[in-house]
Amino acid sequence: MAEKLIGKDFTPQDVQAKVMGTGKYSEDFRKEGMCYMKMLLSPMPSANVTSFDASEALAMPGVLGILTADEVPAADEPSYPMLTNKPRQLGMPIAAIAAESEQIASEALEKIKVAYEPQPFVLDPLESLYPGGPNALESGNVTGGGEGNLPIHKRKWSARDFAEAGDDKLPMGEAPVEWTVGDVDAAFADAALIIDEPFVTASSSHQALEPRSVLSYWENGKCFIHGSSQSQSWMMPGLARMMDVSLDDIVYVAEFCGGGFGAKASPYPVQGMTAYMSKKIGRPVMLRVTRAEEYHLGGTRPGFQGQVKLGFDANGKMTAADLYIVQSGGPNRGSGDYSSAAGALALVYTPTNMRFRGAAVVTNKPWHVSQRGPGQNQLATVVEPLIDRVAKELGIDRVAIRDLNAPEADVQFTARNSTVTSMYLKEAYKLGAEKFNWEEKKAMSGQRNGSKVIGVGVGSAYHSAGSNGFDGLISIRPDGKLYVHSGVGNLGTYSYAGTCRAAAEVLGSSWENTVVLRGDSRHGLPWTLAQFGSNSTFTNTRTNFVAATKAKEMLQNLAAQELGGEPGDYEVADEKVTNSSDATKTMTFAEAGAKAIELGGAWDGTEYPDNLNDVTKAALKNVQGAGLVAVAKDELPKEGSVPGMAAAFCMIELDTDTGKYELLEMHNIADCGTVLHPMGLQQQLRGGAVMGIGEAVLDRMVYDPQNGLCATVGLYQTKPPSIMDVPSVIETDAVNKPDPQNPFGVKGIGEPAMGSAASALLSAISDATGTYFNRTPVDTDMIINALSGRPQSIKPLQVNV
Amino acid sequence: MQKKFSSDRYDPLSTEKDDVSRRHFIKGVIAAGAVAGTATMVTGCSDSGDSSGGSAAGSVERMISINVNGMSRTVDVAANETLAHTLRNKLGLTGTKIGCDRGSCGACTVMIDGVTQNSCSILTHTVRDAAVVTVEGVGGGNGQMHAVQQAMIEELAPQCGFCTPGQVVSGVALLQRNPNPSREEVRTALAGNLCRCGAYNNYVNAIVKAAGSA
Repeated sequence: MAEKLIGKDFTPQDVQAKVMGTGKYSEDFRKEGMCYMKMLLSPMPSANVTSFDASEALAMPGVLGILTADEVPAADEPSYPMLTNKPRQLGMPIAAIAAESEQIASEALEKIKVAYEPQPFVLDPLESLYPGGPNALESGNVTGGGEGNLPIHKRKWSARDFAEAGDDKLPMGEAPVEWTVGDVDAAFADAALIIDEPFVTASSSHQALEPRSVLSYWENGKCFIHGSSQSQSWMMPGLARMMDVSLDDIVYVAEFCGGGFGAKASPYPVQGMTAYMSKKIGRPVMLRVTRAEEYHLGGTRPGFQGQVKLGFDANGKMTAADLYIVQSGGPNRGSGDYSSAAGALALVYTPTNMRFRGAAVVTNKPWHVSQRGPGQNQLATVVEPLIDRVAKELGIDRVAIRDLNAPEADVQFTARNSTVTSMYLKEAYKLGAEKFNWEEKKAMSGQRNGSKVIGVGVGSAYHSAGSNGFDGLISIRPDGKLYVHSGVGNLGTYSYAGTCRAAAEVLGSSWENTVVLRGDSRHGLPWTLAQFGSNSTFTNTRTNFVAATKAKEMLQNLAAQELGGEPGDYEVADEKVTNSSDATKTMTFAEAGAKAIELGGAWDGTEYPDNLNDVTKAALKNVQGAGLVAVAKDELPKEGSVPGMAAAFCMIELDTDTGKYELLEMHNIADCGTVLHPMGLQQQLRGGAVMGIGEAVLDRMVYDPQNGLCATVGLYQTKPPSIMDVPSVIETDAVNKPDPQNPFGVKGIGEPAMGSAASALLSAISDATGTYFNRTPVDTDMIINALSGRPQSIKPLQVNV
Repeated sequence: MQKKFSSDRYDPLSTEKDDVSRRHFIKGVIAAGAVAGTATMVTGCSDSGDSSGGSAAGSVERMISINVNGMSRTVDVAANETLAHTLRNKLGLTGTKIGCDRGSCGACTVMIDGVTQNSCSILTHTVRDAAVVTVEGVGGGNGQMHAVQQAMIEELAPQCGFCTPGQVVSGVALLQRNPNPSREEVRTALAGNLCRCGAYNNYVNAIVKAAGSA
């Protein structure tokens, strides 16, 4: 179809509020009678509270109440508790105090007399897997999401496993998760080149600029929560369960969110804690989470310790891959990064034979959760530099070897024989190589100017970027406007808006006449997936497509019923439904909305299909009778993973005297299907590149091994890239070929846009230094050590440094 | 440097203007009697720099007048209260964001006599004789938009938007002192404003564009 809105730029409705400072984030709300809450956090990485006396604190003027672990729902390991007397992480909340001011609450916390019995703790997964090593939780030390979604259990490897590995190789005991494709041993036996390397990717904090502050209050039996979250409707069921109320009794407001990157995707404990405190003391409660608290509670990307063995034929085709990942989590189940990493290796390089083994180990470190490109982006930083090494050893061009190994649309990958909905990674390499002028730049590699040397890099990444099966909801009201109800969150990608344009597109309605309802559950917002996994663009163009298609049918039926003729005689465009052979038979959106209210029943949302999610059904109570209401579940066919792919190219000039370098040029190229919103895409490709630079060379969490204390509790201690760390201009482009399983051809991109840039930068650093570091982040010390021939001060599998 | 840190004894009630420094700020907070307990020191979550001010011994509120966005505002301020807190919680100017409360992120950037400062690291009573301009005031008040803000909309500069008020203020302050900055000068001016979404390119584009249109 010749789209009017898809693929065009527009100004999302919330941009003005952002630049004017009028957009309200959770901490910007005020409520009559509002008081403040502060949390008592564990001062040890693992401890049992043996005595607790808050009497002196509670006697202080201005103190309004305390909330302790026995007053909130208990969480069984490995769930992360709201409050606990057995903190298993430095900074885990034990109790909270509410007071008239934050200062009084802070002072009251100091007056609580707590005695702790320190418990054994563990920060390095390998230490926990060693015979007799500590378990981070009483229930065990191994669990994890994804394919390794196993019950928590105790697992120890043998001392022999460790002794055989030595310091330079990952010990590889029995793995809780394992799968194999083909005959890996035979393939290695036949390989022309084998590389076998240990690697580490550091845990890193999400570091959203907005800490996760919460305002909560109760009115007429309803629990109001103003939260900072990536998601909107996705929050509802979890919050209702957390507060033990029905969906109808949760009001969730999250119009703006100051960044999440995966750590604000789902309901989190401090939201419930604030609401329980409010319920207990009968006052609106504000919890302003501090930056330091955010490092403890705000999410950390799991780190990897691993071993990767890759076999290639003489042409550079990857014929064998053997990947072992030990994932470092927090004191909670954590994510499936390690199994996603294996999937990425299987898809991006299509090894003919592959084995994956993995273990997700819990530690007494902060809450660990998916971060942008969970697993896939770590994998990209590990494997992409090694692909360069292979290319150089085999004398093959570095882009050509990637092109040779890149998947086609008919690829099948992992032991599940997963398929994809579309695949244009080869095209992304081609486009990027042209834009970057690869041939010319490659010739500059190694060029010296005094102490400076040129390095050229290329990298790529993948993320499964789309889902299906969620609900769409739109209403056409007597004011003549098209209302698109969006349950998507506002992470800052503007995909909430871009996907709503799909509904206007289907109905031939102008964007100016379209109202996006979002950010407050009282608008009546349908069920959709969390705004994570780069899924919103694919998922919610589908939901809005099905809802708008249904609205179109309803308008045609309504016009035929009221004006005569058959529904097929009517066309919907320009905010009206008109008989194609008799233009006098026409009904405006305003008239249709009014008529639908008059007719009621299935016309105005009073009656609805039974296949809708409970969240959508609850939302409809706020929409019924507002106009013509079209609601539908996305049951369009979908088969396979929706791959968002990105390829990046960059050039650096590295000073061999100082180890510092300047990023001279960077291009980030997307395969995101048809481009939905060009400026939004450019933002994601640039923003992903910036965060990728952080992943490659800056972001890390550091712990003191003796006391288990965290050394990175400030932005100055684990600094995200500033404007001076990134190129002045990051060039972007897209293959712009449609995905056949989306009505508009679109798919997501936010996450691979980070891994591509991270791996391209590492590739360039390796190109300039001739060293493959097998670790992220690569810092200046490591570069200087490599250039001066000194051994690295960090051992190959050492973590938390 | 000697001049900047000349006074070892910090007088929170002094009206004498001085270069504002983090060290100066911390001394002020300590003088005003903020608390820092052992447990919170371990987690790094101590409140010694919290902006809320309030009840601590020796931090009685007193009424002062400050000039914000061209208007004289009278407000009760504790001796250890930061400008970010006063703006957000007492004057209703929540456009100024607190990302770290430690002078690291720049989300709380305001202009004080035309110079950008982290308002989380400024004690309110030190700006009594100064003109404070926040994101709400850069367009001249009454909801008018500054060219930098208009350009940021056109360039789709913000992503999550949390750092945006600081980027706006830094951009406006730059154009006031340098109406035609180079791209490199814009980058330098934004060096103290972290953006985790990585929207830096677009912020620079917008400020360069605003300079061209001003």
